[in-house]
Amino acid sequence: MRALLTALTIVTLAACSSTPTQEQAPAGVEDRPPTGAQQPGAQTQPVQPGGVRSVDLTTGQKPGASPLTDPGSILSKRSIYYDLDKFDIKDEYKGLVEAHARYLRDNRNAKMLIQGNTDERGSREYNLALGQRRAEGVKKMLILLGAQEPQVEAVSLGEEKPKAQGSSEEAWAQNRRSDILYAGEY
Amino acid sequence: MKFLLTLLAFVAFSGAARAQLSIEITGAGAQRIPIAIASFPGEASLPAPISAIVRADLERSGLFRSIEVPRMVPTPTEASDVNFPEWRARLADALVLGSVLQRPDGRFEARFRLFDVVKQTPLGGIAYTLTAQQARATAHRIADFIYEKLTGERGVFSTRIAYVVKRGTRYELQIADADGAGEETALASFEPIISPAWSPDGRRLAYVSFENKKPVVYVHSLLDGKRHVAANFKGSNSAPAWSPDGNRLAVVLSREGGSQLYLMNADGSGVRRLAQSATIDTEPVFSPDGQSLYFTSDRGGSPQIYRMPANGGDAQRVTFEGTYNVSPRISADGKRLVYVARNNGRFQVATLDLTTRQTQVLTDSDRDESPSIAPNGRMVLFATVVGGRGILSAVSVDGRVRQRLSVSAADVREPAWGPFIK
Repeated sequence: MRALLTALTIVTLAACSSTPTQEQAPAGVEDRPPTGAQQPGAQTQPVQPGGVRSVDLTTGQKPGASPLTDPGSILSKRSIYYDLDKFDIKDEYKGLVEAHARYLRDNRNAKMLIQGNTDERGSREYNLALGQRRAEGVKKMLILLGAQEPQVEAVSLGEEKPKAQGSSEEAWAQNRRSDILYAGEY
Repeated sequence: MKFLLTLLAFVAFSGAARAQLSIEITGAGAQRIPIAIASFPGEASLPAPISAIVRADLERSGLFRSIEVPRMVPTPTEASDVNFPEWRARLADALVLGSVLQRPDGRFEARFRLFDVVKQTPLGGIAYTLTAQQARATAHRIADFIYEKLTGERGVFSTRIAYVVKRGTRYELQIADADGAGEETALASFEPIISPAWSPDGRRLAYVSFENKKPVVYVHSLLDGKRHVAANFKGSNSAPAWSPDGNRLAVVLSREGGSQLYLMNADGSGVRRLAQSATIDTEPVFSPDGQSLYFTSDRGGSPQIYRMPANGGDAQRVTFEGTYNVSPRISADGKRLVYVARNNGRFQVATLDLTTRQTQVLTDSDRDESPSIAPNGRMVLFATVVGGRGILSAVSVDGRVRQRLSVSAADVREPAWGPFIK
């Protein structure tokens, strides 16, 4: 049921993909009647005259594994790591970003959140801005490679959500990071 | 209770153990006024001993040294004749005598009188009517009176502080008296809370909460627990700062790309961009006259503090020493900048006299963050790390008086010293 709602959300969002930046909760599910007929991408067939119109979200989709989560796919790789105080995308991560750009280009309904992170040293607010710069660097590259602006939101978690605990060089390196999440994953 | 805070509906209240800040004084001023504060007869019927709280407040300021008062029969009160030579022999420069009486209606009367022992004259006194629950607040007011009479500057014992406690995965935005007692939780969440900022009237806090999986600025009314979103635009929303009139907020938004300065009404309306830079601009704070904004920017290649007109315009660089100067705060008289500087990899609270351009590092710790100046400009409260744990620390602006405030088994961070209570 939850997956269905999420899928439905993607469809509705796609229908208004030029929505201005009136942001609400990112994973918000719109409560609207299933009038999928006007929406591109949603195949509808009248089942019975004068009654229910069914919305079929399975058309064009294979059941089972998504390339986004298939460990064999580069799309399952979601993290980009940085050097201290740096925000440029190192060569070793460029293939990863290119693959996600291709996915966004091929799946115009797909939406992505990029979360920038920093290590714990220094001002929390400055780190928040530094994480934002990292996330926006990824977003810029995605758009350069064909993703559309409304598909991608870049936000920062600063130093607030460290993946690795502790105050070692190893932990800090783990925490200087951008993470890619698709709608439904956050 | 004056500030009974309402917990939000979406927060499950757990009967978590009380987490009072405990204070340890680690340094004091060079010259401290020796003061004798006798116990107030009758104060044992109150839940908090007034004379002991007054004594602790004054000692904590680093400007007073409490003199032991022997048991006296009968215990003198504010109405007694004072034997000045006797108090002088105990080396007291000042003396406080008082009493507490229970009234037939269940309330109490607390009276005190302050004496200059050297000049052998009374310096004034006050009688308060209070409920049992107001014993601490009354003691802080008495301490404020004594402090102001003897130092010439306003005391901050009646003010409150806000800070964030992180225990496991739980974050609590708490409000406590300036001595760390009487803490109350304004907001509890499983996502981070940062950058609390007091409204100038002390009734509201603006802060950044990550409850929507991204930074969003809220304004939270302490009395009724009501809160509203002030800034939730695409991208990140952070670093709220109140204008001195309490009507507007300076915030940092990334909605147009990059972390940039904006001005908005406190209700979130009227958003206006203040500056354009291709780099990071963040941590805005208004000058006390409301005419300027100090902020952090790395437009010059490293994060430094800048100043610009509050309505926008050209920015001037303020800090020049070192390659990392952030988190500007400005004293109430507008003459002193307090900030965090990185010196050889250590992050330390520093101060810059804006008139003489003299800088001074105030601490010897190495993970200092989020300084906050007391409303009388005497102390700076900040977060630091000791033994791997986040604690609050306070240092006088001359670097001499030092205190530590910690909560057992939890991290404390993001302190904000509230304004004077009218």
